[in-house]
Amino acid sequence: MTEQAVADNSTVPDRAAGGGNPAGRPAGSTGGRVARRTVFWLVIAALTVIFVAPLLWMLVTSFKTPNAATNPNSSWLPHPVDTSSYHTLLHSGSMPVLRWFANSLIAGLANMVLIVAVDALAAYALARMEFVGRRLIFGTVVGTIFLPGFMFLVPNFLIVSKLGWLDSLWAIIVPSAGGAFGVFFLRQFFSTLPRELEEAAIIDGANQWRVFVRIVLPLSRPALATLAVLTFLTNWNDFLWPVFVLFTASNLTLPAGLSTLQNAATTNYPLIMAGAVIASVPVIILFILAQRQVIESVSRSGLKG
Amino acid sequence: MTSTAVEQRAPHAPAPSRNRRGVRRHGRATPYLFLLPYGVLFIGFMIVPAVYGIWISLHDYDYLLPKQPWVGLQNYTNLFSSSGRDTSDFWHSMEATGIFTVCSVPFLVVVPLAVALLLNRRFHGRTVFRAIFFTPYVLGVAVVGVLFRFLLDPNIGVVNSYLHHLGIHRNIPWTTQLPWAWVSLIGMTVWWTLGFNAIIYLAGLQDISPELYEAAEMDGATAWDKFRNVTLPGLRPVMLFVTTLTILASANMFGQAYLVTNGAPANQTRTAIMEIGTVGLRQYRQGAAAAMSYLLAIVLILISLINFRLFRTRGES
Repeated sequence: MTEQAVADNSTVPDRAAGGGNPAGRPAGSTGGRVARRTVFWLVIAALTVIFVAPLLWMLVTSFKTPNAATNPNSSWLPHPVDTSSYHTLLHSGSMPVLRWFANSLIAGLANMVLIVAVDALAAYALARMEFVGRRLIFGTVVGTIFLPGFMFLVPNFLIVSKLGWLDSLWAIIVPSAGGAFGVFFLRQFFSTLPRELEEAAIIDGANQWRVFVRIVLPLSRPALATLAVLTFLTNWNDFLWPVFVLFTASNLTLPAGLSTLQNAATTNYPLIMAGAVIASVPVIILFILAQRQVIESVSRSGLKG
Repeated sequence: MTSTAVEQRAPHAPAPSRNRRGVRRHGRATPYLFLLPYGVLFIGFMIVPAVYGIWISLHDYDYLLPKQPWVGLQNYTNLFSSSGRDTSDFWHSMEATGIFTVCSVPFLVVVPLAVALLLNRRFHGRTVFRAIFFTPYVLGVAVVGVLFRFLLDPNIGVVNSYLHHLGIHRNIPWTTQLPWAWVSLIGMTVWWTLGFNAIIYLAGLQDISPELYEAAEMDGATAWDKFRNVTLPGLRPVMLFVTTLTILASANMFGQAYLVTNGAPANQTRTAIMEIGTVGLRQYRQGAAAAMSYLLAIVLILISLINFRLFRTRGES
């Protein structure tokens, strides 16, 4: 493996390493190269520990007793394994974590379906149709991407309150669907599709709606899936807005619930960590399944900028 | 528009594949119907609130009161008068946001770049490590916040307990005293968002042509030369993007301070967003809070413009 890795490495310029040799890669520095490889892997290992250890600590703590969790000399692994934190959370009336979980799931899925549906329709019109005001509309929509979200906090609170949506999941599902990201994202994708199929279908007498549903949407499955995953993650993790628009314990989403759980349980860290684990599991699973889409969409965002 | 549509619909229209602008066989209303559902949401929750916010900021707006009298620019001028009710709290919160932004952005721009350079080498399991470093970001601020509140607990947290083992026999007040509270907030933000910036950098690095590195090597460039003369210039647009995005994200900091320090000590880590939220949505003084939002937004837009200027002039020189 080392040999192959070294061979691989020689095809890629050594950008991160400290010292270099003016004459390229002279023979006889094998020892130095092995040392450098070792340092490289040590750094990668250290980084991995830094990123994984806190998450493992969260998991193991959730299975400890409150006493073991707050004893600095207790072992890493819980013994005995104590599942009472999960029992407490799942049966608690004042901290209804199952209810929060259901709320987050309902709001996340509804918001996802709403955004993907309305954004795909709008993006298709903006990508493929000719009409008066197209440039103005697209420019205005894209322009709002740069507006900071907190500007909307106060006015949207009042709008949501006038709609009677305060302290209800509607406030979590609907307002964020006004966001421009998905329209921009899908329009860029639709623009890259070959026009020939759509044109052929129109020659065959299909109308725009059928072209959109039968041809464009199936061809766009990867982009639609990526937008769906990103939208769900954003909604599931949203904190600022739910903290201020949801009040009743049974109406909270998980992030807002975690905040009240932290205040109520103070130093019962196994209980708080169990809540955090419950909030993490769905997004970790989703990330494992859709890792490539998530990471690719993030990496592409920079190349546009 | 109608006439061209009719022309294209004519039976002797040219073959569609030849037509660069595409076949336009939709009714005049079709595009607007496609736009309608999103348009309602966009107008209702983006355009209306953006304008409504200005209107609110010009009123003594308390949504529990029956009347919201017009006060002109008073909500703004109050923030600049020493007798204003919110003046001191607001500017302290702006200062906190400023300190956090200025101190966190260098780390959030540089550390992910170093990690991206590591990940840009070819090695086994590269995509796995890339995913591991990105994982905290998908968790969201609430999970990360309560986790770090626990890890950094001055009395029972695991960080201080490890420091004990390393021979530091005092409890560092990570969440309760300065400058430790800032160290905690910045450190956890780096941990949380490093993967995001690193992946943007990584894409930028892979966009730099390998030929440039080969040419530099032929000229006898050292690794440092290559980094300075090939990598950094090649990354400039990506760095501008990352820096701008990071400044905006740091200026929007809320969850970390809300959950980990709760503004402690003495409201010194209470950020501008916490102040806006508290005044507007807990004390129901929306006029004042809206004025604060617009003031902060103007400051951020100015900073973004300066940032763009800076990168552009450096790019030209």
